Amino acid sequence: MSAASPEPDFPQVVRVTSETANITIVRSAVLAAAKQIGFDESDVSAIALAIDEAVTNVIRHGYEGRAGQPIEVRLDCVQRDGVPALQVTICDCARQVDPTTISGRNLEDIRPGGLGTHIIRTVMDEVEYSMRQPMGMQLRVLKKLNASSVPVSRLPRPAAGQPSQGGTQTPCAKESS
Amino acid sequence: MTEESGTVKEVRHRGSATVVALAGEVDLHHTPEVHKVLVAACQEQPRKIVINLEAVRYLDSSGIGTLVEVFRRVNAYGGKLVLCGLNDRVLSVFEITKLDKFFKICGTEAEALSA
Repeated sequence: MSAASPEPDFPQVVRVTSETANITIVRSAVLAAAKQIGFDESDVSAIALAIDEAVTNVIRHGYEGRAGQPIEVRLDCVQRDGVPALQVTICDCARQVDPTTISGRNLEDIRPGGLGTHIIRTVMDEVEYSMRQPMGMQLRVLKKLNASSVPVSRLPRPAAGQPSQGGTQTPCAKESS
Repeated sequence: MTEESGTVKEVRHRGSATVVALAGEVDLHHTPEVHKVLVAACQEQPRKIVINLEAVRYLDSSGIGTLVEVFRRVNAYGGKLVLCGLNDRVLSVFEITKLDKFFKICGTEAEALSA
């Protein structure tokens, strides 16, 4: 990693308020984190889009457009199925909804709105909504690094006695949810 | 020709068509500006509206939603809506939402004007 692009530490926590102009702050942090983990350009864009949609949903539906409300985005690099993964947890203090009722709409029904949840579920490998106590919602999403695009430097270190594939051990935390 | 600021780069007339060129990031923050300009274009009821996305770096579902609404408005008065200049990143959003088959999408503005 060059001095021009310092390696972000994980976890990173981005705290913004619910002004729509702040979406770009979250997007920039997600782009940097995804690149750092080693996702290719296509996945980096898709992940940023999914998180953008999640924050948009918080602002538009959770807070119903009210500005000045808190949103926290935590970015973690974790191990999942033996490969690094980006885990993003979005917390708010917005109105609560039953997580089982949150689903993408039928895409055959062409109309404005309702596409965000579909995009999140299409792009991310794990999507988990939950209610926070005493208030607000939490969305945890995770995207695994495609094995074919894992940079050598991020491959898990082989066990003792096995041939090394070179590089250093991944900076990611051990497997967790 | 009308020069706009921010996400709406330009609105111009080409024969019976109106071309709206967008730029930058079409997200929840910028969608209201885009919506306002496109609705105004619809009210003139040109035979065709071409939305040039060549300079758009980023587009999310709120941007897509606006385009769907504009499509409905144009369709309602019997006009035609054509999109052009989508880069791979923007096109992928249409593909994820399965709207790449719903919209008429051309590679260039010239193709869109003659479509």
